[in-house]
Amino acid sequence: MQYLVNVIDSRSESGTAEEAVAIDAFNEKLQAGGHWVFAAGLADPTTSTLVDGRGAEPVFSDGPFVEAKEWAAGFWIIEAPDLDVALKLMAEGSRACNRRLEVRPVLSPPA
Amino acid sequence: MIDARDVLTRAHREEWARVVATVAKRFGNLDTAEDAAAEAFATAAEHWPSDGIPPNPGAWLTTTATRKAIDRIRRESTRDARHREAQLVYDTEAEALGVINDDRLRLFFICCHPALGIEARVALTLRMVGGLSVPEIARAFLVQETTMGARITRAKAKIAAAGIPYRVPAADDVQRRVSGVLAVLYLIMNEGYLASGPDTAPVRDDLTGEAIRLTRLLHELLPEDGEVTGMLALMLLTDARRVARVSSAGELVPLADQDRGQWSAAQISEGHALVRERLASGMAPGRYQLLAAINAVHTDGDAPDWAQIVALYDQLVELDSSPIVRLNRAIAVGERDGLDVGLAQIDTLNDKLQQYHPYHAARADFLRRMGRAPASRAAYEAAIGLAGNTAEVAFLTRRRDEVGE
Repeated sequence: MQYLVNVIDSRSESGTAEEAVAIDAFNEKLQAGGHWVFAAGLADPTTSTLVDGRGAEPVFSDGPFVEAKEWAAGFWIIEAPDLDVALKLMAEGSRACNRRLEVRPVLSPPA
Repeated sequence: MIDARDVLTRAHREEWARVVATVAKRFGNLDTAEDAAAEAFATAAEHWPSDGIPPNPGAWLTTTATRKAIDRIRRESTRDARHREAQLVYDTEAEALGVINDDRLRLFFICCHPALGIEARVALTLRMVGGLSVPEIARAFLVQETTMGARITRAKAKIAAAGIPYRVPAADDVQRRVSGVLAVLYLIMNEGYLASGPDTAPVRDDLTGEAIRLTRLLHELLPEDGEVTGMLALMLLTDARRVARVSSAGELVPLADQDRGQWSAAQISEGHALVRERLASGMAPGRYQLLAAINAVHTDGDAPDWAQIVALYDQLVELDSSPIVRLNRAIAVGERDGLDVGLAQIDTLNDKLQQYHPYHAARADFLRRMGRAPASRAAYEAAIGLAGNTAEVAFLTRRRDEVGE
């Protein structure tokens, strides 16, 4: 299955060079093990824009959609056979990026 | 003549976990396993009294549950996709070395998985491994049946959706995961032994009995695990004193004042044997083994050997230097070296244990025995205000009143 892994942060663009090196090494390990699907860092939540296309005319407004003390500063999507494998991998990921993580299953496509 | 109901009650106690575990493995779904096991026992209740008891009740129940599960899956075949989505991840590859390959062990690990909330772990363990009904578990934890039912349903849904595997953990994880299972069992024991709430019986022997039964099963599955052995010994040595611990007037009786004739000799001798077994292993004891050893000293001879208890607490502090462990060590030091020495150590924990009633109760007791009535009275007041167990409140209140101004 696939898991979305959110990187939890409370400070804007607070990553350090050491963290970046450790994350690169961790990503290489994910790729080597066949767990890598995608990963990216995210700009600060204050830069986000809300889109509501449900009405006749789309409405655009200043984000974020929830004001929170903590937010996702980046994410991985990983492939793992089960949660135990995902948790074990992401314990290393958490150490590498020096942040807490949230591991959340991606819904499998309807059969 | 053998009463079919007795056999059924016994089979429920002894076979429930195995039936659930076997069906869960075959069909990859806890929900299916739980329902099929419940249906199999209901069928047994219907047929055994008239048709007679099958020669092997356990095998009969497993076979019947398996048929029930197949029926259910056929009925629900339209919901095939949903069912497939809820498949447990079951690993048939080599299991961790030295770990028994038993489906009931997998059941323990999945129910006590750290990704589940602690309340869900407790409820799921009592339901899936213990075989308690949802109403029984709800009553045990003083919540509405619907609330408890929803808690168990949510936990099962998370297991399926998040891909929590039905597996004995890898060798490098197994110790940590066994600790997690033990923490859940200890919580059940303590909820029974230190029942809280104004309308609750002071000791809930339904829960202590269940905690011991589950720990006994875990010990059967992992006989070489020192901490599991230690936990079983700790529970037995604690439960052995259950009857003596509350007076006929519903008041807590402290260890030193208990009628030792009321202690369960069988539980004490089994607990002591388990502690001796761990000592003989020559391996460094973990937390629960040390707590068991402390309880063994408390239940050995006519009066506890405080020097030995302090020595055991010294080892425990090495593993766990939490303020609560240090409080218990300070109390033992006071008994060994003098009340003033103990009180001085207890007082150093003031900042950390302000909200912990045993801290105030220990101070109150030491101050009372030192003849410092006003300070003792104030400490009793603080302990009474924080204590939740009815028998303990009754005991503390009487002591406070005896101390005087």
